[in-house]
Amino acid sequence: MLFTPWSSQAASAVLDATCEKPGPVLISLQALQNEFGYVPKEAVEMVAKACNVSRADVHGVLTFYHDLRTSPPPKNSVRICVAEACQSVGSRKLVEDAEKVFGTQMEESNDDIELKPVYCLGNCALGPSAMVDGELIGRATANDLHHLVKAKS
Amino acid sequence: MTLLIEPDYGTPAGKSLDIVEVEIDGVSVSIPSDTSIMRASALAGISIPKLCATDSLNAFGSCRLCVVEIDGRNGTPSSCTTPVSGGMKISTKSERLDRIRQGVMELYMSDHPEKCAAGDECEMHGMAKTVGLKEVRYEGQSHLDLPKDESNPYFTFDSTECIVCNRCVRACDEVQGTFALTIENRGFESRVSSSGTSFIESECVSCGACVQACPTGALTEKTLYTIGTPTRSVITTCAYCGVGCSFKAEMRGDELVRMVPYKDGGANEGHSCVKGRFAWGYATHEDRITTPMIREKITDPWKAVSWDHAIDYAATKLKALQSEFGIDSIGGITSSRCTNEEVFVVQKMIRAAFGNNNVDTCARVCHSPTGYGLSQTFGTSAGTQDFESVEHSDVVLLIGANPTAAHPVFASRLKQALRKGTKLIVVDPRQIELVRTPHIEASHHLQLLPGTNVAIINAMAHVIAEEGLIDRDFVNARCDLDSFARWEEFISLPENSPEALEASTRVPAEEVRKAARLYATVPNAAIYYGLGVTEHSQGSTMVMGIANLAMATGNIGRTGVGVNPLRGQNNVQGSCDMGSFPHELPGYRHISNPKTREIFEIQWKTVLNAKPGMRIPNMFDSAISGEFKGIYIQGEDIAQSDPNTSHVHAALRALDLVIVQDLFLNETSKFAHVFFPGTSFLEKDGTFTNAERRINRVRPVMASKTGKSEWEVTCDLAAAMGYEMGYENSAQIMDEIAATTPTFSGVSFAKLDELGSIQWPCNAEHPEGTPVMHIDHFVRGEGRFMVTPYVPTDEKATRKFPLLLTTGRILSQYNVGAQTRRTANVVWHSEDILDIHESDAELRGIEDGSWVKLSSRVGETIMKARITDQVPAGVVYTTFHFPESGANVITTDYSDWATNCPEYKVTAVEIAPSSKGPQAITEHASHGDVELESIIRMANQIAANVPTNTAPEHAVAHHIEQFWTPYMQERLMKEVDRAALSPIVIKALALDLNHVLS
Ligand code: SF4
Ligand code: SF4
Ligand code: FES
Ligand code: FES
Repeated sequence: MLFTPWSSQAASAVLDATCEKPGPVLISLQALQNEFGYVPKEAVEMVAKACNVSRADVHGVLTFYHDLRTSPPPKNSVRICVAEACQSVGSRKLVEDAEKVFGTQMEESNDDIELKPVYCLGNCALGPSAMVDGELIGRATANDLHHLVKAKS
Repeated sequence: MTLLIEPDYGTPAGKSLDIVEVEIDGVSVSIPSDTSIMRASALAGISIPKLCATDSLNAFGSCRLCVVEIDGRNGTPSSCTTPVSGGMKISTKSERLDRIRQGVMELYMSDHPEKCAAGDECEMHGMAKTVGLKEVRYEGQSHLDLPKDESNPYFTFDSTECIVCNRCVRACDEVQGTFALTIENRGFESRVSSSGTSFIESECVSCGACVQACPTGALTEKTLYTIGTPTRSVITTCAYCGVGCSFKAEMRGDELVRMVPYKDGGANEGHSCVKGRFAWGYATHEDRITTPMIREKITDPWKAVSWDHAIDYAATKLKALQSEFGIDSIGGITSSRCTNEEVFVVQKMIRAAFGNNNVDTCARVCHSPTGYGLSQTFGTSAGTQDFESVEHSDVVLLIGANPTAAHPVFASRLKQALRKGTKLIVVDPRQIELVRTPHIEASHHLQLLPGTNVAIINAMAHVIAEEGLIDRDFVNARCDLDSFARWEEFISLPENSPEALEASTRVPAEEVRKAARLYATVPNAAIYYGLGVTEHSQGSTMVMGIANLAMATGNIGRTGVGVNPLRGQNNVQGSCDMGSFPHELPGYRHISNPKTREIFEIQWKTVLNAKPGMRIPNMFDSAISGEFKGIYIQGEDIAQSDPNTSHVHAALRALDLVIVQDLFLNETSKFAHVFFPGTSFLEKDGTFTNAERRINRVRPVMASKTGKSEWEVTCDLAAAMGYEMGYENSAQIMDEIAATTPTFSGVSFAKLDELGSIQWPCNAEHPEGTPVMHIDHFVRGEGRFMVTPYVPTDEKATRKFPLLLTTGRILSQYNVGAQTRRTANVVWHSEDILDIHESDAELRGIEDGSWVKLSSRVGETIMKARITDQVPAGVVYTTFHFPESGANVITTDYSDWATNCPEYKVTAVEIAPSSKGPQAITEHASHGDVELESIIRMANQIAANVPTNTAPEHAVAHHIEQFWTPYMQERLMKEVDRAALSPIVIKALALDLNHVLS
């Protein structure tokens, strides 16, 4: 995925549009992540100022949502559902295969790829489910994931 | 005395007027319908186990320990979050409830240290016992190996003991209003966090509310570990600011373990700030001087002597000075840091034993204009409300005050109101925190140029008059209509419109109009103000302008409105009440009034001088001219705190005898010949009166370290001079105050002990005191409008000194810092810093954090610069907490026309980069007859400020009669070249002064 490189000016522009909305902290953090791929530490103070909340308020929201990240993302991100419905249709196997195919472990990442668990993607009927860079895949196999990652990078 | 454990009812008191009856375990209780079941039970004497609830915070419902059963309802609701309703039948005990509670507690205990370092402080083990938990079967992952956060100097955060009940987070949000804490992460990883950094790096202001709220040992005062658990407590009053918080001093033997804010404290209701809560270590600091000392010359070393010797030495010298240079050659200054009783005896000693009225107080340099302005308009010198009143205000107009730094506990209350919807208007040259701070934003910030207060208040009043927003019913019913008519005519003049004044104030006229409309059109609007109002050449005019505004809009005489000076020091109100001003006796009664004098003459068995004595600046001038020879200074470091340091130093050097009574050797004692060691508030027995006129008891928690109470020292000195004032204890002094002062007639230590605190007036009419004043009529009868012409200060930005310096305080330090500099509070603020706007800095090549030279026409000093947008271009700002920076070397001796309160808030300065560090203070010496120069300046200033639409010369003559010493009047009459005086003064001199007064 392509993100704008982080800069506080670009971030200010993003925040100008978000801080007036209801629930501005979460919306601002999401907007920053969409723009830059992550929410760096220094953004905490900026969001706090823009939304007129404390740094602690922002820190609380930022750490609560697993989707929000504080370091730059790898080139691709693969998330595999490990919730009950998907487990019952083979997501454990999918995890094992994916770890082999991508040469990395669940919850680990390198510059190129990260594998992360997710708890239900709302796609239970078509499990095992996974997501590659935000794109949802049903009845997923490790090969599907691998191809998609290749296509996307 | 034993350790006082205050009851915790679990949730805040209900406020509803709808009273319902419920039955709890067979006991019936009548209670407001918005009360929780938990609180209702506690009031019925049935305590329900709880962890996440405490009565200073709203219910949260997270621990599920407080479950109960309700007849006719399914399940087991939590009693903290469930309100009572009429006819409810509740049981708090059953086997099912026991099981649930044990289950919850077992889970908690499986991740809690078996033995807590904090011992009984931790409620967990007690609660486990209460619910009958026998064993913990679970094991596995825990948080027991997390590191401690010791970064705050006063308390520890030990995450291993934390049960994530959120009480600390909620205390920081709901009570303190800082929002410094959060729960980070989620699920098992959830931890309390000061935004991912250590406490000291976080937004935490160290108020201690979270420590107070925490049910476990997770947040604990460090002294609890170093000294041990307390065994007894004494209720007393904080000795820092004018909020006057009540504390439980918790002691172990003779050692103070901690100061815990007292829930029953009228001013603070269980809250505190970093100073009162933690910064009391100065009281036992090794710098404390505890033996009297004397020396012949100020270049000699100090010699420790006995009390008898020191008192005898001082008395002999004072008497010798009087016999050589006259009765009026000595005087004294009372301290607003001391108790009412201590202050009362000092002014009594001066009036009765010295035989003159040369008594003044450090309140001269802070709130004397409040005294003058509110007396003229309302008839008494005091704020009109209690602090609680702010919760009922729709709009708060905050002028020249920075409560989050200077009155933090009031600021927390104000923030609570603002978060509930009260609107805020800030009038301040600086962007103070309340203009925009988490979850709070002022509706208007009128960012005026320093020195233009009166222009702004006139402009607001102009809008109110012009747009038909005057509350005519109130004015007609309550005010002096002649004065109102004169005022209305004056204020409606086009020159008072916001448009006309925009050039002076720099505030856009439309913004002023909007703010004025907002203030005038809500049901309840209140004004709070601080030293940014008083410390100006028109300080008194501004106070009257504020009073006019409140009267014109009917915002006086009920809850939620009023005019409220935020007093700087703990006992400014009290020291003024106690007759510390040279022109008035206790209770603000003029010394020239024979009836008032008679009351005291009978009580004191002496004859009193009917003429006003010298004010502090008069004493300085007179010392330099050689007439004033000896001074007794009670707990005030004038050499650091008073403006134009070089002038003060010259005056002190000129004196033959300087007696200093203080805790520490300070800047002033460098010029002293006698040092009487003072007592800290922990050793005092007496009362302080806070900004709400609330008289609070100060109780000794330890014996005096000097062997004497301060009032005893004063009495001994008076006796050695031949005037006995033998009291056995300070309660007797209060009895004498009550016997001589009508507003205090109902006050006694016994009654204070019974009621907790009393807001004066307390007399036959108001036996339990008066939370809100001027309810049916003003103290002076009818409220009097005063015409308030805007007269720009002579202290103007010039080409040589193009910037305006204004001064203030910060949260962790207190005034001259004698106390706070001797505590760990220096971790937050260890030097005075000069705030400067980016554009001004750039122009002068000044970088953030670099040394700069700050100079005014009276002196120069060096400090570090900080580039910030909190000050506008053209304005710089600093604090005056550290002697090294000597901020007052810069400030001038210009002062308020009516009271001589120094104009600290406006000094024209220039700033330049400096290669040198501090200790490079240069003072410019004053030359010539300074006293005569001051006399001329003061007379002309008075003439410029009295309204010109009624015979102004009478007002000038009257003012001089009332406030000037006979000697100064004489010099004005006889020695001043008429060419130096304004025409109004000349006309005034032609009047028979004595005739005017009578
Ligand atoms: S000490 Fe006060 S400001 Fe600091 S975290 Fe605790 S409640 Fe908040
Ligand atoms: S630190 Fe104390 S108050 Fe805060 S969540 Fe933990 S146990 Fe509760
Ligand atoms: S459980 Fe995997 S999508 Fe719902
Ligand atoms: S005390 Fe009621 S849920 Fe914690």
